Parts: sequence; structure tokens; C-alpha cells
Amino acid sequence: MDNTSYLKTQLSNGMLVLLKEINTAPIISHWVWYRVGSRNEIPGITGISHWVEHMQFKGTPRYPASVLDKAISREGGMWNAFTYLDWTTYFETMPAEKIELALQLEADRMVNSLFEAEEVASERTVIISERQGNENEPLFLLGEELQSAAFRVHPYHHEVIGDLSDLLTMQREDLYRHYRSYYAPNNAVLTMAGDFKIDAMLAQIQELYAMIPAVEETKQNIRPEPLQSGERQVTVEGPGETTYIQVAHRTPPAAHPDFFALTVMDSLLSGASNLNMFGGGLSNKTSRLYRALVEGDLAVSVFGGLQATIDPFLHTFTVVVRPDRTPEQVLSRLLEEIQRIQETPPPVDELARAVKQARALFAYGSESITNQAFWMGFSEMFATYDWFSGYLDDLAAVKPEDVQRVAQIYLRRQNRVVGFYLPTGDGEMPGMKVDS
Amino acid sequence: MRLYRSFNEFGSPLALQGAGAAHSVPNPEDIRRVQLPNGIVVLSRANLNSPSISLSGYLQVGGIFDPDEKLGLANFTSAALLRGTRKRDFQGIYDALESAGASLGFDGGTHTMNFGGKALVEDLSLLLDLLVEALRYPTFPAEQVERLRSQLLTGLAIRAQNTGEMAAQTFDQIAYANHPYSRPEDGYPETVQAINRDDLLAFQQKMYGPAGMVIAIVGAAEPDRVLEMVAAAFGDWSNTDQPTPPELPELAVLEELVRRKTTIPGKSQADIVLGAPGPTRLSPDYIAASLGNSVLGQFGMMGRIGETVRERAGLAYYASSSLGGGIGPGPWRVVAGVDPENVERATQLIQQEIARFVSEPVEANELADSQANYIGRLPLSLESNAGVARALLNLERYDLGLDYYVRYPDIIRSVTVEEVLEAAGRYLHPQRLAVGIAGP
Repeated sequence: MDNTSYLKTQLSNGMLVLLKEINTAPIISHWVWYRVGSRNEIPGITGISHWVEHMQFKGTPRYPASVLDKAISREGGMWNAFTYLDWTTYFETMPAEKIELALQLEADRMVNSLFEAEEVASERTVIISERQGNENEPLFLLGEELQSAAFRVHPYHHEVIGDLSDLLTMQREDLYRHYRSYYAPNNAVLTMAGDFKIDAMLAQIQELYAMIPAVEETKQNIRPEPLQSGERQVTVEGPGETTYIQVAHRTPPAAHPDFFALTVMDSLLSGASNLNMFGGGLSNKTSRLYRALVEGDLAVSVFGGLQATIDPFLHTFTVVVRPDRTPEQVLSRLLEEIQRIQETPPPVDELARAVKQARALFAYGSESITNQAFWMGFSEMFATYDWFSGYLDDLAAVKPEDVQRVAQIYLRRQNRVVGFYLPTGDGEMPGMKVDS
Repeated sequence: MRLYRSFNEFGSPLALQGAGAAHSVPNPEDIRRVQLPNGIVVLSRANLNSPSISLSGYLQVGGIFDPDEKLGLANFTSAALLRGTRKRDFQGIYDALESAGASLGFDGGTHTMNFGGKALVEDLSLLLDLLVEALRYPTFPAEQVERLRSQLLTGLAIRAQNTGEMAAQTFDQIAYANHPYSRPEDGYPETVQAINRDDLLAFQQKMYGPAGMVIAIVGAAEPDRVLEMVAAAFGDWSNTDQPTPPELPELAVLEELVRRKTTIPGKSQADIVLGAPGPTRLSPDYIAASLGNSVLGQFGMMGRIGETVRERAGLAYYASSSLGGGIGPGPWRVVAGVDPENVERATQLIQQEIARFVSEPVEANELADSQANYIGRLPLSLESNAGVARALLNLERYDLGLDYYVRYPDIIRSVTVEEVLEAAGRYLHPQRLAVGIAGP
């Protein structure tokens, strides 16, 4: 079944390259990852990494914007880019014999993007519009407040899209400086999966990137978040009729050994999280919180999730409250379930189910070549590809006592932020909109 | 335009077969299609590279059967199928599914009730067992029905706050006045309140049946074995009461541009949905309309609409067009999310693009780009088992023939700019559009 071979190597300019041959479909997925995201931003330039990502579609001398847009589509390719807390990534999945275009294009825009002033100006309003679209969602409004309450000093404080005030004031020079500081081979990881020969592909990559020099590493001043020593609460009031609750706990980075026990804990409490970027997940109706809150007629739905990050981030439960219940009733029942897992190690068969679910999700995810190339790069952003290869075994090694222990450590009250979205009906909320 | 080859050199996906059978598109040699005596059509294709299987299909029942006062009945019924069966209760059903890392879901559409699931291959029989129980022996436990109702009502309350969905609903009410397509399949709060457990039971018993049912199973299972399993599960199903789907009424044509706004206070962004009813999937001009739509609002960064509204004017993060197709005249529409102050300007720009689209032929290279895109992306859409299962259902739903994906490149390449212009002019009239807006 596994007709694949794999190579991980580093070019002389510092660029990491991971290649995986998969010959089941005439497709190649090609990703270039940069170790830069909202984690590398300070007040005044929040949202800059995401804006730079947008500018990367605005053209180079060789591939002007209008040409760039169409080139990939014309070949039947799928492409996109994502900016996250820790990273920014660009991908193209294409018919195998057309992949050279993607290779050329990414190598070119690693250094040659123009950032023309008028393009910066028109993208400013596009990004503000993107933010406005987000603001239409109660869970965005709540999540933004929750995150800023959870992180006072660490840059995970702000949303990836950035604060409106910074989106209004950032200039072309700021964007270009950010681009030149972080877009370099020694800050990049190239990953490819699909129908190619590793030796030939590596030679092609070496030829394309050999001429691009490494840059001096940008000095980072990412301030660690001090220990939280008491529960925090935030409330957002806004339009609608539906109440939402989020309960967040600060959790260790993905490379920390406790991450796997936390993943199992999350699965027992709120269902298996789907870490695949492509492909659907599983239902969570046998999870403890679904049974307690939804079957208990307190909530309409509940879900939870852990993010794989470089620095400690958050595990978050999200609950949609039934209209005939108060948020306090729901929260109190949710906290009872946390207490239960802290007090009693879960039965072995519950763990076995979590592991089987993870195994199935892995199998579904492996059908997609795009997803395979995604995982090679994603895992390198916060750990290494070995993290991904060993993931199922590491989950299977988690013991009931480990789950209990991590619940005791990380789900403790002092490490918690609780957020409420309280609906105000159809009336307009004063203070909801920022004047611009 | 220096590095890539022009589309004329672009080979069809079939030219890639050299590396093995897995590289071919679904074709009459590798699709197994059988019709059971009770009418159920079974489609299967093996993919032994994968450890899993994907199942999808549909029954000939949908919101089109709903009485106005109980709008949402078909949707409610499908959502309740896994709430309890003669063999298992709710937790028993999900314990079986989730313990296997499998999933199964039902989705009530306008014309059909669609289902889909996936599992590791060793759990295919479990998935089929649950499908049989859900479709044939659901019990709709009262307590579960009430819980589900509360969830559906909250879903409607959330929908009422969603500018995109409300703009689309406002658009439907204008474009499809006095037509079933003006009605949301999930109903309204008062119609969902009016549905009781007996309605669900009666609806399932009368409307669900094997006539017109299609099921596609793709993955690590031999088609012969799949056929045996489906025949064992559904071969004895019969329902003599099963009605034939009602005919769709004629659409009233708009005489002028009609614009309506749904106000949702407190929102930061407004959504615009603008367009008209389009061709059915079976219309002879569907492919021409689809390629035209790609030029208008899909290709590259959302086609001409994206270029004008997003790239040049900087007015929106998303601005694109879509063509519904389907059994009936689904919508051909443009959607955009904009600052509430920019609704007028964005609407005007979109109207100008539509006016140009219906009065001048698209340029030959624009059409060629979209044709190349359609042909080139086919292997990507067939990458996963679920993608192949969807493709097989498509063949059956629209009677396209098992060799459709083999013929597909030629079908796409044969469309001319004149045909695109003709199709555009047949459905879109810049002065007779429906414009739905939702926002503060």
C-alpha cells in the first residue's frame, strides 16, 4: 500500500526541503512555508504577516499580478495561501507535468515581489473588508477578546488579521521590510508530495534556489507570557439571539511531551479534532461534553480543540447555549466534567476509541496528496516531520493516568479564561463598531 | 506569460494513463453499475491504494414535497434519522460510528435527500447496517425530536444573523417568486415549530423508498463484494406509496431590476447577492453557461468580477459568481461582501460587468483559459474516494453516461465564444436582475 519514498535535506543557503514520492495520482502538491506569522508582530504592525501574504499575489517583474492569478488556474491547478500564528504558507496542487510553473513562481516571489504603492492601497481596503466579514461572526468577536485576555505580553495576544487601527496606518515600507526580513531560504521550508522522482526534483529545486542567498536572521523579541494565577473572564455583547461560551486554558506547545495526552483528553471531552487541513472530521456525539451538555438539554452544540503551536497557546471549548438556559448553568455543568476527568482516570476503552478515531482521520487525510504535503511543512513549523510520523504511536502510548494528570495541570481554574457572548437581540449595540 | 505552455498543448487527463490504472478517470471499464430489481442504482469503483471507503447517494425526496405551513419537514426528517432506530438508540448509533472512526450524515435538499459517509474498509458493513436502519427503520424518539427541534431553531436564529445567508434568501424570494426555490429547505421558526413527531414518521414512511435511490461506494473494496452487500441491505426494500416528484412550475420572469434589503443591525459588513435563475444541469447550454460563469466570476482570482470589485476597486475580500445548475433552474448569481457604505458602488460595478458579459463575446483567450482549467483540474477533483463517489453520482443524477469523464475534455473544448454569449444573454439581463442585500 505504501508505495512512497521520502527525503529531507537542507540546501547550502539554509532552506529545508522535504520531498515525498506518491505515485497514486498524476498530481503534485508543492508548498513553501515561512517561519513568520502573527507571533512575529508587535503593536503598530499587527496583521502585517497576513497583509504581506496578500501582497505576494500582487506580482513580481517576471509575473505581474494579472498574469500570476491566471497562470496556475490555466493549468488546472489549485492554489492558495494561509497565515497563522507561527507561519505563512503558499501552496499549489497541480497536474504533475505542470508543476514547474509552481516551482518557478514560488522561487521568484520569495525575493522579487514588487509591493507597489497603489497595490498596497487597494489591498488595505480588501483586508479591512476581510476583517469586517470576520466581525460579523459572534465567535470571531468573542475569540478575539478571549485571546487578548489570555495573553497580556505574548504576541498571541492579537488575531492574525490584526487590529483595525494598524490596518489603517501601516505603510508600504513596513510591509516591504517585513517581507525582506522573513522571506528568505534560511527561514523557509519547501515541501512536495506527489508523482515525481525525488532525485530529479531535488536537482530542479537546487537549481532554482541556489542563487537566492540566506539573510541575517531577524532578531526576535517574543516575550514569554508569565504564569497566569487566576481565572479571567471576558464578556462581549452583540447582535443576535444566541449565547456562546468559550472556555480556554493555556496549554503547552506541540513539541511538549504532554501535547499527546492533551490531545487524547480533548478527544474524550469534546470529540476527535481533525488536524487535517483538507477533508471533513468526525461527529462528537459520544464525547463527555456532548452527553452532558447537549443530551442534558443545556446546549445546542459543543466542540473543542487544541492548536499545534511553537509557544504555549490555548485549548478552547466552545458551547452554543440553548435559548432556554443561562450561560451560568451551562458553564457549571461543563466545569463538573472537567472536575470528573481530573478526579478519575478515564476507562481504557475510551482511550482506545480516541486512538482509533485518530487512526481513521489519518487514513482519510492520506488520500489527499495536498494534505500529505501540508503535513510535511506544518509539522516542521512547530516540531519536525518525525512528530507527524510518530503521532499515532505517541497517542497510543497515552495512559489513563496521563490524561488525568494533564487535566489536573492544564485545566485548573487559575489557568482558565472564560468568555461569554451575550446577545442583545436585534438592537444595535453601542460600542460594537469602531469608527474609521 | 513566459514560462508556461499555452493550453493548446495541454493533454487530456487520459493521456496520463502511462503510470498505471489508478491514473485514469472513471470510465465504463472500471465503474460497476447495477440496478437492483426494486430500482436502486448501485455504482462502485475500486481504489485499492486507500485503506478507506467513501459512500454517498440520495433518495428522491426533498423539500419540494413540504407543505408551506410545515416547511422544513423533509430537512427535519433527514436530520432525525440517526436519532434512534428499531435496533439502536441515539447513543448506540453514535457509539458504533464513532468507535470505528466512521461518519455518516444526511442532508435534506430541495429535490433529493443526500447521504454520505466514510469508514476504514473493515467497517463498510457497519456503515451499510446503519444506513439501512436510518433509511428504513427510524423511530424518531420523542425526546430526541424535541432536542433536535431546539437545535434546528437555534440554527435558524444563527442563520437570521448571517448576512451572506440572508442576502441569498432575499435574492431567492425575488428571483423565484411563487416558485418552490423561493423557500429555504430548513424552513422558518414557525414552520419548524409546527412539525410534530407524527409528521416525521408519516413523511418517512410515505416518501422514503427505493425508486430513484442511488448509492455510490468507492475505495478499498471490490465492486462485486460491494454490490452483494448493498443488495443484501436494500434488495428487499419496497414502498408502493412512494410518490413521483412534483413538476416544477414555470418561472415568472422579472420585468425590471428588483432590489430588496434585509436589515441586520450591528453588523460590520453587508452581503450582496445579485443575479437570476440559470440553466438546469440538463440544458443544452449548461456547459457554455458554466464556462462563461468561470470567465465572469471564477477563473484565477474570481474572474472579471474579482478583478473589478476586489483587485481594482479594493471593495471586497470576496466577490465571485456561481452557477447552480441542478435538476431545476438553479441560480446564476454574483456574491460580494462589502463595507455597508460601498453597497451601491459594488452593485454598480457588478452590473456593469454583467452588462459587458451579455453584450460582448468573451475573448478567445479568456474562454481558452477556463477550458484549460476545467480539463486540467479534473484529476484533482478525483483525487479522493469522496471525490470519485461524487463524480459517479453526478453521472447518474444527470444521466451523463459512464464514459462522460472520458469524453469530458472534448465536450469542454467544443464550446465557442458565441455559445457562451448566447447562454449569458439567455439568463442574465442587466436591467432585470434580482438583488438581495443583507446588512446593517
